[in-house]
Amino acid sequence: MEFERREAPYLAPAANVARMMQQVLLALVPAAIAHVWFFGPGLVFNLVVAAAACVGGEALMMRLRGRPPMRALSDYSALVTAALLAFALPSLTPWWVTATAALFAIVVAKHLYGGLGFNIFNPAMAGYVAVLVAFPMQLNLWVAPRMGDIDYQFLTVLQTLTYTLTGSLPDALGYDEISRATPLDAMKSGLNDMRTTAEIRSLPVMGDFGGVGWEWIGNFIAVGGIWLMIRKVIRWHIPLGVGAGLLIPAGIMWLISPGSEPSPGFHMFSGAALLCAFFIATDPVSAAASPKGRLVYGAGIGLLIYAIRTWGADVDGVAYAVLLMNMAVPAIDRITRPRIVGHGRDGRSP
Amino acid sequence: MPRAVPGGLHNDAGVIVPGPAATYDLGKLHGGLRLTAHKSASTGLSIQSPPLPGQLILPIDQHVGEPAQPLVGIGERVLKGQLLAEPAGTLGAPVHASSSGRVVAIEPWPVAGRHGDPAPCIVIECDGQDRAMDSWEEPIPYAELPAETVLQKILQGGIVGLGGAVYPTAQKLMQAVSGNLEYLILNGAECEPYISCDDMLMRECAHDIVSGAQILLHALQLDAACIVVESDKPDAIQQLAAAMTNVGDERLSLRQIPTIYPSGGEDQLVQLVTNREVPSGGLPTDAGCLVQNVGTAAAIHDWLQDGEPLISRITTITGDGIARPMNVRARIGTPVAELVEFAGGYTESARHLVIGGPMTGKSVSTDRVPLVKATNCVLVMSERPSIGPELPCIRCGDCAAVCPVQLLPQQLFWYACADNEKQLREHGLTDCIECGCCDLVCPSHIPLTYDFRMAKARIRELEDEKARAERARRRFEARGDRLQREQREREAELARQKDRARQAGPDAIAEIMKRKQRDGD
Repeated sequence: MEFERREAPYLAPAANVARMMQQVLLALVPAAIAHVWFFGPGLVFNLVVAAAACVGGEALMMRLRGRPPMRALSDYSALVTAALLAFALPSLTPWWVTATAALFAIVVAKHLYGGLGFNIFNPAMAGYVAVLVAFPMQLNLWVAPRMGDIDYQFLTVLQTLTYTLTGSLPDALGYDEISRATPLDAMKSGLNDMRTTAEIRSLPVMGDFGGVGWEWIGNFIAVGGIWLMIRKVIRWHIPLGVGAGLLIPAGIMWLISPGSEPSPGFHMFSGAALLCAFFIATDPVSAAASPKGRLVYGAGIGLLIYAIRTWGADVDGVAYAVLLMNMAVPAIDRITRPRIVGHGRDGRSP
Repeated sequence: MPRAVPGGLHNDAGVIVPGPAATYDLGKLHGGLRLTAHKSASTGLSIQSPPLPGQLILPIDQHVGEPAQPLVGIGERVLKGQLLAEPAGTLGAPVHASSSGRVVAIEPWPVAGRHGDPAPCIVIECDGQDRAMDSWEEPIPYAELPAETVLQKILQGGIVGLGGAVYPTAQKLMQAVSGNLEYLILNGAECEPYISCDDMLMRECAHDIVSGAQILLHALQLDAACIVVESDKPDAIQQLAAAMTNVGDERLSLRQIPTIYPSGGEDQLVQLVTNREVPSGGLPTDAGCLVQNVGTAAAIHDWLQDGEPLISRITTITGDGIARPMNVRARIGTPVAELVEFAGGYTESARHLVIGGPMTGKSVSTDRVPLVKATNCVLVMSERPSIGPELPCIRCGDCAAVCPVQLLPQQLFWYACADNEKQLREHGLTDCIECGCCDLVCPSHIPLTYDFRMAKARIRELEDEKARAERARRRFEARGDRLQREQREREAELARQKDRARQAGPDAIAEIMKRKQRDGD
């Protein structure tokens, strides 16, 4: 009898990229629901716009590169980029801003570098920073979370949709009436005004650790992230690194001067710190390769977030921290290469 | 008092403890995979004996080293156990007739060899009488013989490493004796899925293994041997423990290791048992250990105690393409097709024939290939479910997490694509043991092991090319030197002649000129 020849090993691989990406998307669902509950349906519209732009951009680039578009689209990585962007952008964002971010992420940060697996920078963060520079005004418009503030004007679904499509508010409302400072903004400007952290923490936007609403979204992001770790889609090194890099300096400074330094809990539960630790920094393509390298990479991101928040101009700093550490990856990989079994510490035989 | 393997399974008196053995901590081995065993399908039946085949096909290079030199001619009648081919060169093993019959051909035949091409084989038409040589020997009192004599005797038995590497055992032992050896490790890990021939051997022939271990200890002049078995073989461990208690040899110990692939790799086993690393490019002997497969030990017993050279082996016939998976003790040279027929034939779903296990075996295109000394498994697999196209590497790092040598396969893959020889070397391509773990966890379904095999071959080629270029350069330089030397010699000769002439004075020069003129006319 004749047989077809193959190459060893003959067992089928268990994992696949599409399933990993699907699980990442699934892990974001609880946080997305919380986001919609606290900030209104804007996230959904952002997500639709970002997804359309990411998928469209990916298909276009694959065609331009002379490759079958379905091959790239079927790995779901474009949708993960879209979802991360939707979370990073304010819930009220005009569609062209979202689309610009998404197209920059996919076209420039991903495909101009060679597509999935070859991009040096985290596409979602590159896209976010591009619009942060290009549309600073729009990216500052954060609506207040649902927090029992009766004087506050909430936008209806239709009004949110209208804003997303046209970028203009209903006639009766101005930007000042619907936007609120984010907890990080409030903290930064409060400290600049020489107020104590205790005073700032008593503002209505502040919750138990971070801001009202924000910290609940953070909880669900952590739940999703831990589920991803259990499913082995991501490993613990990067989240731990980010956490340690951010919390250790924050904790030390807070212990030294609790009146002028926000607590580590505040750092962890505000802004995109948790999203970064579990979903953004863990993008394997743009992260370091070895376990030790990933700890270093994560710690670098955490440290930079702390530094930018404390001394920098940007209030959150996650995007810049990630992009800066992306650039450091080749160096980290070089320094943290694991010792090969049978080789001495110096790379030679023991 | 025998030397105990560090942390070994001895009680205070240094005697092996029968019964359930302690499992080793995993920390000593990096990575590895817990694979579905698929072994129970073939361990339900005891070891079966298939009928004698009509024809035996005996390749002359069933071992590492030089192919053996045939001693028989076409048409010659041979007996079971008769020497058919003797080793040539410094590394090799003899080949014996597995049954009696007539040599009908010595010709190339498809084999599951190391190179994949047809290899020269001695074909015997069996007479079905299975007549043995008259000199079928009595047990050899090996304990009274010097170690060298025992080693020589092992060489004559045609015994090679039966774990699949088929390194001639005698030479392996001889090389080890010259080193600084401390432990003999008998490998009964059998970590690759589907394969259960060693498991069955340990269950049914534990005494032969223990006896083989004693012979090996004598031949090596060692006093510590450790039989190592994976924790998923409780029956084998029990049988071995019973056999060892029976023999009461304090030099032997039994060790259980965790069931994790590839714990049975030589270097990995040494690491698990002694917590020593085999240096890169070195051998287990560099870590003071000699590793032998349990099947090899049993074969040594069969040869020295029962007088039977290596003419049969246990092999696992299994896979979802086999109707009745089982282990058989078959004669070396039996066509695989006949073994499959004995195991109930192929099922509807049979698509791929693999000689060896599912991780490192060799896929062959025909079942005309014979069972050889290396064949520990005949695996017939169904169509692998479609896994989609190969995607780009997303650097998830799962490959690095499972690599038992702690390589970074994702980086190696990158450099293999770029054909960057320097970085490939620096990242330890040559340390890759091709276990296939990285392939199995890769979410992008990149055939990493295959790519690394190719990259290794390219590096070897490059090395050969470099060596060739170096030889050519040296030849060229030597030629240049020679030409220069000749030139110098000519000039020196000329100068000498001139000198002589000058010394002879003006008359002589005039005479020479005159002679020249005369010659010119």
